Amino acid sequence: MTSTERTDVLVVGSGFGGAIAAYHLAAGGAKVVVLERGPWLTGEDFDQDFKLGSSYTRAFDFVVGDGMSILGGNCVGGGSVVYFAAMPRAPRFVFERHGSIGRRMWPAAVSRDTLDPWYDRVAESIPIYQQEWSDVSYAGGLWAAACDHAGRTANPVPVAVDPTQCVNCNWMMAGCRFDAKKSLLFTYLPAALAHGAEIRPLHEVQHISRTDDGGYRVHYQHVDDEDYRITTGSGTIDAKVIVLAAGAGATPVILQRSEATLGTMPRAVGRYFSGNGERLNTAILNEDRVRDVLGLERGNGLAYEANQIGKGPVVANWDRLDGSLPEYERFSLEQLYFPPGLGTILAQVPGASGVSWFGVDKKEVLKRWRSWLIIFQMIEDDNEGVFGPPPERGNADRLSQQMLGIGRLRYDPTPNTLRAWALADAEVKDILERDGLAEVAAWTNDVVGAYTVHPLASCRIGDDPATSALDDRHELRGHPGIFVTDGSAVPGALTVNPAMTISALAERAIPGIVAAARERDVEVTYGAPAPNGGTATRRAAAPLIPDLMRR
Amino acid sequence: MTLEAFADTIVPGEKRSPDDRAVAGAAAGGGAVAAGAIELLEWDATGISEGLDGFASALDDHARAYAAEHALDLDESVPPFVALPFEHRTTLVQRLTTPGHPEKALWVSLALFSNMAFDSAAHMHTADAIAQGHPGLIALGIEKPGPDGLWRFSEYSYGRPLARLHPDTTPSGSPA
Repeated sequence: MTSTERTDVLVVGSGFGGAIAAYHLAAGGAKVVVLERGPWLTGEDFDQDFKLGSSYTRAFDFVVGDGMSILGGNCVGGGSVVYFAAMPRAPRFVFERHGSIGRRMWPAAVSRDTLDPWYDRVAESIPIYQQEWSDVSYAGGLWAAACDHAGRTANPVPVAVDPTQCVNCNWMMAGCRFDAKKSLLFTYLPAALAHGAEIRPLHEVQHISRTDDGGYRVHYQHVDDEDYRITTGSGTIDAKVIVLAAGAGATPVILQRSEATLGTMPRAVGRYFSGNGERLNTAILNEDRVRDVLGLERGNGLAYEANQIGKGPVVANWDRLDGSLPEYERFSLEQLYFPPGLGTILAQVPGASGVSWFGVDKKEVLKRWRSWLIIFQMIEDDNEGVFGPPPERGNADRLSQQMLGIGRLRYDPTPNTLRAWALADAEVKDILERDGLAEVAAWTNDVVGAYTVHPLASCRIGDDPATSALDDRHELRGHPGIFVTDGSAVPGALTVNPAMTISALAERAIPGIVAAARERDVEVTYGAPAPNGGTATRRAAAPLIPDLMRR
Repeated sequence: MTLEAFADTIVPGEKRSPDDRAVAGAAAGGGAVAAGAIELLEWDATGISEGLDGFASALDDHARAYAAEHALDLDESVPPFVALPFEHRTTLVQRLTTPGHPEKALWVSLALFSNMAFDSAAHMHTADAIAQGHPGLIALGIEKPGPDGLWRFSEYSYGRPLARLHPDTTPSGSPA
């Protein structure tokens, strides 16, 4: 089946970057179609089940690369449905980073000061809660107490989770059954739909070509609802403006595949990928020491044994987010839950020499799973990821019916990245092995490479055409009318969870997209309130808008 | 039998009977095999089910070469990988999954599903697996769901301040 239709704006992907663009453009009067590769799941579709075929594997993609594997959302709402909902803003020094290029990597127009009004707009649009200590799970409390015992500070993390609805089931990677997580399914997406945007699930965009009238044609395939290895048809849609937001593991792949029809891509498409410097450590707690040293008691005779209980990351140590430290020595350490399925295979045996991710001793470690505390490091990496030639379709050769595929990303960590991970490993050990509290081991990078849940920077904004695929208003260099608003646009590692920054950048990109659409005779205006109608943050961003709309 | 021995190398278990050859008996309690690794591997949802015969025969080829290299005599009444003593199975699997090995991706995916059978019973509904005493989920100590099959934890917090906040925290709760 082939069909061609027309729309003003075609949005690829319905995660943060896609949903925010879809809402504002639809609210401004444009005809908007959103193509989403994954299924459209809500509420009771979200299973608490590890069986292959449940929402855990339907809504998630795990793409194995060479030296780096990526976990990402694959559903309407994208990462917002499966993420842990931590929404901190990036620290000020991040915007001044030089990274691998030896000079400031962010556009001159973007700093923490100029992004704060856009962060505020996101905060008005997505309910973000500042957790009280009474909201903090046992695992988060344990991390806080260990940090305190080691003379460090610890902060409950701002999250898009309503504590009054949350049941602390820790199934949020499979989507939230209880509607406690305020994903895009509750914010930008219903508002976009209310303004007439259409969202089409199970539509996987393969490439883009040009039309004779100066617009673009998007080529997609229908994906089978259960077995994503199967496609059931194809089609095209013509649009005047394209917003690419397929995720940092997929957006550059679509552009690479489009090079044959669109012409040369900027050099930075598919380069400078960052895994947000992520790495995991597992601490195995000594329950007696938790009680004796930290004075923690659950009230049922247990000191901890609560790995399963909670809501993802709730407490972070930010002492090393110190702008006076040199680059690559700054990082955050966040307590995290990672469910079984993918969350145990890479853990190693503390103190082991040689390979220990499988075997007899590893089984003993698995038997102490209730006493695990997982610590998530976010360091400054060197943007060393590069995508090879694209696979036949999608962004991976799909191995399993859902979730598991083999991608083309190659990531060979530089000495800067390796040293930063070593510093973070040492810090975690210093905090958690103190006074016999725990034994700690990092997850191995030898099995599926390093591992990120926050892919970034593979099609980034910047001022220098040689090292950035997008200009500072997110337009693809040399291809006017194509914008990128997802994590690929973020220039580099953020040292904190990136959803808030991806969203703020997407909000900031909208005036420029509106201007481009108007230039292409789309009747659209900029200035919609927050999805809930709120306008409190609109005025602060207003002075920034003329510059962003200037063509 | 060869793939059982592979899965048992990833998460070792106790022998199912005294004459069990595939499961080496290197650890107490059920391992990946008892957890259903073969059922999971044979499910076409994994994407590797059609290749299993080929993987078993490739693994046996590797075992034969390994045995020759180490001058080990293999019992010919069982497949070569099964005939390897447990520590040699382990060394061989380490070699096959080492970065740079040309077949690494294949053996890692087999290991991944073997581990998944144990740590998450990915071939079964989780609540059913727990109810049936799945050896992996029981070993991990995963809590049972409530009567409606859903997990909720009404007790979840120590409920008191446990650290000083970072002095540069902004009013919105973020790093400055």
